[in-house]
Amino acid sequence: MGRAAVGTYTRSVAASPVVSLSAVAVRLGATPILRNVDLELAGGEALGLFGANGAGKTTLLRLLATLLRPSAGRAIVLGVDIAGVGRLEVRRRIGLIGHTPALYPELTLAENLAFAAAVMGLPATAVSDALGAVGLTAAADRPAASCSYGMQRRTEFARELMLAPDLLLLDEPHSALDAAAADLVGHLTDAVVAKGGAAVLVSHDRERVEKLVGRSLELVGGRLA
Amino acid sequence: MTLPPPPLWPQAVAVARRDLLRERRRGEVTWVTLPFGAIALLLIPLAIGIDAPTLRRIGPGLNWIVVLLFGVLVTVRRTAVDGAADRDLAMRLGIDPAAVFIGRTMANAGLLLVFELVVGAAAVVLYDIELTRWPWLLAVIPAAALGLGLLGTLAGAIAAGQGGANLVPFLVAPLAIPLLLGATQALDAGLADGDGSLPWVLLMVLVDVIVAIVGVLTARPLQETR
Repeated sequence: MGRAAVGTYTRSVAASPVVSLSAVAVRLGATPILRNVDLELAGGEALGLFGANGAGKTTLLRLLATLLRPSAGRAIVLGVDIAGVGRLEVRRRIGLIGHTPALYPELTLAENLAFAAAVMGLPATAVSDALGAVGLTAAADRPAASCSYGMQRRTEFARELMLAPDLLLLDEPHSALDAAAADLVGHLTDAVVAKGGAAVLVSHDRERVEKLVGRSLELVGGRLA
Repeated sequence: MTLPPPPLWPQAVAVARRDLLRERRRGEVTWVTLPFGAIALLLIPLAIGIDAPTLRRIGPGLNWIVVLLFGVLVTVRRTAVDGAADRDLAMRLGIDPAAVFIGRTMANAGLLLVFELVVGAAAVVLYDIELTRWPWLLAVIPAAALGLGLLGTLAGAIAAGQGGANLVPFLVAPLAIPLLLGATQALDAGLADGDGSLPWVLLMVLVDVIVAIVGVLTARPLQETR
């Protein structure tokens, strides 16, 4: 796997602090998921987030990705209050790799990345660079539906390498990755942090993730411990 | 620092291209909806009796009813294909919601245009419709395709935040009545003498413009309220 593509198409440096949550709560229906969460994340920082199932880790990531609004409190991401109208613009600077691969199954791996490149205004050459960086050049023309879960995850890493976000959010990043591909987690995290961005890694694999981050926190019952 | 958003049209073209590629691979319109539309046209004479003059007279209207009903089906399927994860991905990429609306409309209208042409050709053959003043079709067919595409895309955006694809027919069908009326009357008038078609074509264009404006203006609030 090559590493040449990392950050090639970076267009900005992240604001500082990258994340500032103050007394944030999130309810889904009547159920409180996050309670009174305070969190500050500076540029150049990588955070490991741990907790049991149902502790609210994924909800916190979706909040940081601006896919959820806080039910209470104040959430500033990359300088924008995500309860307001600016969250569409800031979303372009956030990378999220979730539990389920977010790929269009009918499209090839290259077409999936080409779509992301087109809507982000990146050159078409970025696609082949990114696929090369994760060792998927030979599979570029295979539909995502016919690829293994691990290959789909690698394609998502390729997309984030290509988009070079200022805030990187990874949910169980080592899941389904083989030993070689698992290096991508550290590689991508380092790339984002090195350019002044921030990363949040949610995982049950504390041992592996703590080697990649400078700070760790635990979520217990929707509260940061 | 906030990145300047890329231009709207390249984003819309990328969305349209993505949707058409997905449809080409899935083949739902091409291999399911389209043949069933043509079969529906074939079954109607069997149900009401093969009376050539009657079929010739009511053929254009039947054609538009089939186009409307199956057009709604096309938009329902297009909405159903787009799951929560797909909508999340579009949001995460920060695509301008107006670009999503325009791109999806372009793809839907393109598919509906093909559908109209194939079903229309079948109607001409099956019902022996005389196309003596066919140039009116050049205005009516695209206006109907665009209108149904716009309505379907708008209904899909509303339904995505409410009840999913099942809601789409209830939103599209009533709003498509002016289009159905306009298309039928424009075609009838066009086939008769040609002079009475213009007001009906203008009605269709007016519906298209109104829905396009509403769709673009509401795209962002609809996405953000999900």
